[in-house]
Amino acid sequence: MSATTADVAHDHHSGSFISTYVFSTDHKMIAKQFLWLSLVMMILGGGLALMFRWQLAWPETPVWIFRMLSEDNEFMPSGIIGPDIYNMMVTMHATIMVFLVIMPMFSGSFSNFLIPLMIGARDMAFPLLNMLSFWVFAAGAVIMMAGFFVEGGHAAAGWTSYAPLSMKEEYTGVGMGQTLWALSLFVITVGSLMGAVNYITTIINMRTQGMTWFRMPLTVWALFVVAILSLLALPILGAAGVLMIFDRIFDTAFFDPQRGGDPLLWQHLFWYFGHPEVYILILPAMGVSSDILSVFSRKPVFGYRAMVFALISIAFIGWAVWGHHMFQSGMNPRLGSAFMMTTMLIAIPSAIKTFNWLGTLWRGTIQFTVPMLHALAFVSMFVIGGLSGIFMASNTVDIFIHDTYFIVAHIHYVLFGGSIFGLFAGVTYWFPKMFGRMLNPALGRVHFWISFIFFNVTFFPQHILGIAGHMRRIYNPLQYDFLKDLEPINVAITLGALALGIGQVIFGINVFGSLWHWNAKWFRKTVQVVTSALTGYIAYRVITFSIEGFAPQAEATMGGRTFAGIVFLAVAYLIYRYLEKNMGEIGKRATQNPWKANTLEWVAPVDPPHGNFGPTLPVVQRGPYEYSAPGDSEDWAPQTEPLSPEAIAQSH
Amino acid sequence: MMSWLPENISADGNSVDFLFYVIYYVTAVTFFLVAGCMIVFLILYRQKPGARAFYSHGNTTLEIIWTIVPAFILVIILILSQDSWARLKLNPPANPDIRLEIVGKQFNWIVYYPGPDGKLGTKDDLKVDNQVNVPVGKMVFISLRGEDVIHSFFIPHARVKQDVVPGRTTAVWFKAIKTGKFEIPCAELCGTGHSGMKGELVVHTPESYNQWLAKAYAKKSS
Repeated sequence: MSATTADVAHDHHSGSFISTYVFSTDHKMIAKQFLWLSLVMMILGGGLALMFRWQLAWPETPVWIFRMLSEDNEFMPSGIIGPDIYNMMVTMHATIMVFLVIMPMFSGSFSNFLIPLMIGARDMAFPLLNMLSFWVFAAGAVIMMAGFFVEGGHAAAGWTSYAPLSMKEEYTGVGMGQTLWALSLFVITVGSLMGAVNYITTIINMRTQGMTWFRMPLTVWALFVVAILSLLALPILGAAGVLMIFDRIFDTAFFDPQRGGDPLLWQHLFWYFGHPEVYILILPAMGVSSDILSVFSRKPVFGYRAMVFALISIAFIGWAVWGHHMFQSGMNPRLGSAFMMTTMLIAIPSAIKTFNWLGTLWRGTIQFTVPMLHALAFVSMFVIGGLSGIFMASNTVDIFIHDTYFIVAHIHYVLFGGSIFGLFAGVTYWFPKMFGRMLNPALGRVHFWISFIFFNVTFFPQHILGIAGHMRRIYNPLQYDFLKDLEPINVAITLGALALGIGQVIFGINVFGSLWHWNAKWFRKTVQVVTSALTGYIAYRVITFSIEGFAPQAEATMGGRTFAGIVFLAVAYLIYRYLEKNMGEIGKRATQNPWKANTLEWVAPVDPPHGNFGPTLPVVQRGPYEYSAPGDSEDWAPQTEPLSPEAIAQSH
Repeated sequence: MMSWLPENISADGNSVDFLFYVIYYVTAVTFFLVAGCMIVFLILYRQKPGARAFYSHGNTTLEIIWTIVPAFILVIILILSQDSWARLKLNPPANPDIRLEIVGKQFNWIVYYPGPDGKLGTKDDLKVDNQVNVPVGKMVFISLRGEDVIHSFFIPHARVKQDVVPGRTTAVWFKAIKTGKFEIPCAELCGTGHSGMKGELVVHTPESYNQWLAKAYAKKSS
């Protein structure tokens, strides 16, 4: 043991800048690299969404920011988004959010940071492979970004890139962009596989003494299941990407019906990967939320084993449901019934998880910290996303709602309401362990409420659009008579999205302010002014919009503006006062275990050094969620403490 | 929320709507139960000084109940869906009154009517761009073919949607029960002109349908 310790200490001190921050093999540094990659990409992905939302609310009017940037741009004359650019933005928004935001955050950052710390290991099983995993992934991201700068623009065939639309330049006018898209996904696949192999090996082999399978936190379970899913699902995407590249560059005919290929082959390949992918994106959020709900209810997770088996069965059945994306695709309709059955089957473990989360809250002592708020938002939004899924799981109802905004609403309730709130929950919860600083709770609350409210303003009305038949991915809804009356809803959604986007600025301020421990007077004042002004502005827009009677871009009356102005000042003042009273120190130094949590990452010191734990690894004596156990003096105790006899008696 | 559904003009369309209502009520009730429980728990069990949470790892009976009840409801929805799915997608009508062929092509619906010989695919076929004329109360069977990329033939008011795939023939069938004009958008992204790719379904009275047909034939032969 002592030799290992010496090595650890040696490693920690010998790192140069490059080996510490760039080509690091330390799982915590790699986790941070994935974190930043994901957050930066989130700005781009979100920005794209705001731009095409503009087009949907006020079709073919100049986008505010483009109007200023360019007058004579061949792609966007006078700042108006053209249909080709619109298709590209829709495609890239989804591609970036799925592959470059949520995947690196969960399968990259959270897996890397949490697996070794939570199972009591010093690092990953293969640290060098881990480093490669990030840099290959980053190369994939660079290739993806390069697509924006090639002639013909980036991929514009939807994130699903259905053949034959995506296979020939003549159909979309996109040349190199689509090829780079496929190449990038192939490279990202390779990077993710390196990660997955590493996570699986680490969890199987490197659990510390006493960390049995059923003493692992649900976060680790979820990340383990996700790693297995990634290992099996991503090669299919990689292979499909290679087939696409061959069709595009070497003129093969895998997907070309005129020469014996089949367009549905692409859909089968894509969704055979694509459905497990959805679980790759949502299961980690389920694990994270289970942990956080338990910690802040000060109560064991309700039905821990059921939660584990639900995770495993979701991962299993997830392989047999891909056809529900293809009910109307022209595949044999007999399969429609089979896929509906498997889809109904997979709803059952999801229901079990939801009820168990409620059970966890039941008779707890609930603390409304910022991570807890996000975890609760996750549960409630996931419930809506899960329930709306039943509509499209029914093959008959899907005839109508397939390819409408109902699907868009569903996917965003699952992946934004689910995954992104899970992401915020996780980042706010583990930030102190990651960076040794607390995030500011007052700013966190303002950010949470803006996100939560305007998430719903943005996405709930999309259900209504879908029910009215509004197709997804159309450039201009005003071209259809039966959609004309829905335009006010589109305007409301866009304003909601803008407010949602503005709200994320507060998150950015919070992260950087806390990271750099900025407490200079000017910075605190700036934070207060900016946050309250942004919030006030959002209120102003909401009010003018309500008074305008939903008329797109109509000028509000003088009285309306005055009233909205008063509301602006009132909201801004209240937020300003709230922050002044509650903001406290920005970036307060974290203690070792600020949330009083049981799991092993909190046994490690603040800002854990290379090797994570002291000279000896912790020995696990109890399950991860033994909060408020009888016999403990406090309502928590680390996993390294044995459980009292009366608690053992009670848990049987 | 249901009042947002476009008016249904197809004889079989109400089976789609019926299932939609069933799922709508089931999910709405579930949502309010779950959300209600959650809000009550959040208020009731908020942290109070001195209180200690109830030490419990779960309750097997409860967990079995909330596994079986959703499973039961889902099985019912599954069974309810099958009959209408078979009618709408699996078993085409044996003797439709009218047979049409529609070709999806960037960015048009090209509609073929059988000529005076009553057969499709012969020289006297009538070709109309972006307009489907049908008489009310007659079963219409439409074969769909694609020429370039995948399109999706969608008549919101008739609860009809089917992807049009190059290289294979798909089909839709419906019986309109109301006259009028309805839009036929393309529902699957098909390129730059996807938005705005739309046709028109004109549901005629039998007399005006015959008139339209006669006029169209006359125009073709002239």
